[in-house]
Amino acid sequence: MFRQAKWDEPLIFELSRPGRVGYTLPKPIEDIKVDIPEKLRRKSKLELPELSEPEIVKHYTRLSEMNYGVDSGIYPLGSCTMKYNPKINEEIATHPKVAYIHPYQDERTVQGALAIMWELEQWLKEITGMDRFTLQPAAGANGEFTGVMIIRAYHLDNGEPQRNEMLVPDSAHGTNPASAAMAGFKVIEIPSNENGTIDLEALENAVSERTAGLMLTNPNTLGIFEDEIVEIAKIIHKAGGLLYYDGANLNGILGKIRPGDMGFDIVHLNLHKTFSTPHGGGGPGAGPVGVKEFLKDYLPVPLVSYDEKSGRYYLDYNVPKSIGKVKELYGNFAVLVRALTYLKIMGRDGLREVSEIAVLNANYLTQKLKGTRGYSLPGKELRKHEVVFSAEPMKKETGVKALDVAKRLLDFGMHAPTIYFPLIVHEALMIEPTETVSKEELDAYVEALKRISEEAYTNPEIVKSAPHNTAVKRVDDVLAAKKPIVTWRMYKELKEKGEVDY
Amino acid sequence: MIEVGEYKIKEGLYYTKEHEWVQVLEDGTVLVGITDYAQKELGDLAYVELPEVGKVVEKGDVLCEVESVKAVSEVYAPVSGEVIEVNEELADSPEKINEDPYEAWIAKIKPKNLEEELKELMDAKAYAEYLKTL
Repeated sequence: MFRQAKWDEPLIFELSRPGRVGYTLPKPIEDIKVDIPEKLRRKSKLELPELSEPEIVKHYTRLSEMNYGVDSGIYPLGSCTMKYNPKINEEIATHPKVAYIHPYQDERTVQGALAIMWELEQWLKEITGMDRFTLQPAAGANGEFTGVMIIRAYHLDNGEPQRNEMLVPDSAHGTNPASAAMAGFKVIEIPSNENGTIDLEALENAVSERTAGLMLTNPNTLGIFEDEIVEIAKIIHKAGGLLYYDGANLNGILGKIRPGDMGFDIVHLNLHKTFSTPHGGGGPGAGPVGVKEFLKDYLPVPLVSYDEKSGRYYLDYNVPKSIGKVKELYGNFAVLVRALTYLKIMGRDGLREVSEIAVLNANYLTQKLKGTRGYSLPGKELRKHEVVFSAEPMKKETGVKALDVAKRLLDFGMHAPTIYFPLIVHEALMIEPTETVSKEELDAYVEALKRISEEAYTNPEIVKSAPHNTAVKRVDDVLAAKKPIVTWRMYKELKEKGEVDY
Repeated sequence: MIEVGEYKIKEGLYYTKEHEWVQVLEDGTVLVGITDYAQKELGDLAYVELPEVGKVVEKGDVLCEVESVKAVSEVYAPVSGEVIEVNEELADSPEKINEDPYEAWIAKIKPKNLEEELKELMDAKAYAEYLKTL
């Protein structure tokens, strides 16, 4: 039986005791003359917690025991690709020769760092079938924004400012319409057909001389490969639009087929998904954007280029129609290092195996869970790297919702899947196991979901009131959204005023 | 009230496929809200972004947004016209929509083409049949 640690752990500031230290500093030099203007001198004491080293270690160890991450167990958040982050990535990224450089150092002194970025770009080009990449975007949505800004610049440059409509399927990630709207596009939603893929007829009807492009995830968020992609690309290109690839689900096709060969003009990748760099709270992320040759002059600056004559890498600002910068400096460099480490260790054959096993795992889970009372399987049966079940029958028959199933899974020491997404599936449970879990872990996950189904039909209360075994019980997410308390200080103030009773 | 499964449908109102309801008042203005099906699908509402008074909408335009823990959803104008009043109460208490979706109206609209547009909406019975197909 899983029982998560539950410590009544104060903030590190509350553990502070005046004068307690975990280090010794050399004596300050008294007679040194430093002319710091009065207005720049600190007036109040610097508020840092004062603790000894063992106190600090115990504090953070206790906090970590109340946490759950990819190092704890299965973490099958659909469309998030929460895969294991190999420790060698950390070793390379924290190597002094990599970590102790400064972004403003002279190019000649950071040739190794530039070579890392340049080499990573070559790998990403080969994997996606694109011609040039920027490594600057800090995450997937930042990459999407970069991509749609390039689409915008391209149409303006071609004298077609009227192309202001971005097509987005109804199964898309919410960030797609959001990024398109941020770039000033009007978002047109394209419905899915009963197979869970894009409705071609609706797409034909939606394109016009106002079409800027289509943003597509393939395999889509139902884990289904858009097998009419060649036709889709034809329709969009014929209408004068560009085809944008959301790389969130690249893990399902890695090493098998390339977005560039499917007809995509722009792709963004999530290094923190497909390429095993830390994800979410462990971030930051990286969302490189790749384009076909005819769009490379629009990429953000600087790019990393290689001059064969001098044999030197350099930061290339000569990008005539650049949309500008989308993040300061060159992107999250340490993340790029981790991704290249992963790529080099996996190699071509290893990367192909990633998608093969990711797809096998998702389908194994699908077949084992299929037919369990309360869960239905909308769309095609064969999936790529993820699967969406619906708890709609369970909700109708027992009142137990997808949210309750997700909370109950935590009681078994397993992370919940993505729920209530994609929006086209009611009571969605979107499961993406990734290639980094074993058959035994998959079996245990299916067993837990089956047991929850049994409980829903015999003892629904235990599911509805879950979780019971975690450090934190069911949270009031409505209250959290309505009345967010985002700092400890806010909490203390409200508590003193008697406005919160927890 | 007509009941389809767990969903209630109030008689005497007009309905859209996007799950808004319209109540025609005696003075010819209309109240607009979202249905029991809509609020149950969304779950507990955390926020209602009320439209601005004076906003002019065409039928099918986005009237405002409602946000639940699950999703942000757009509310579409079921009729064309001008927003002349909004239910301010919802700003602080969006849960009123969950408690009684047919009482908690969102906006009052002065319609400009009501007679024609009502023909395109469903009555309670037709909406009940529609819910059965979902």
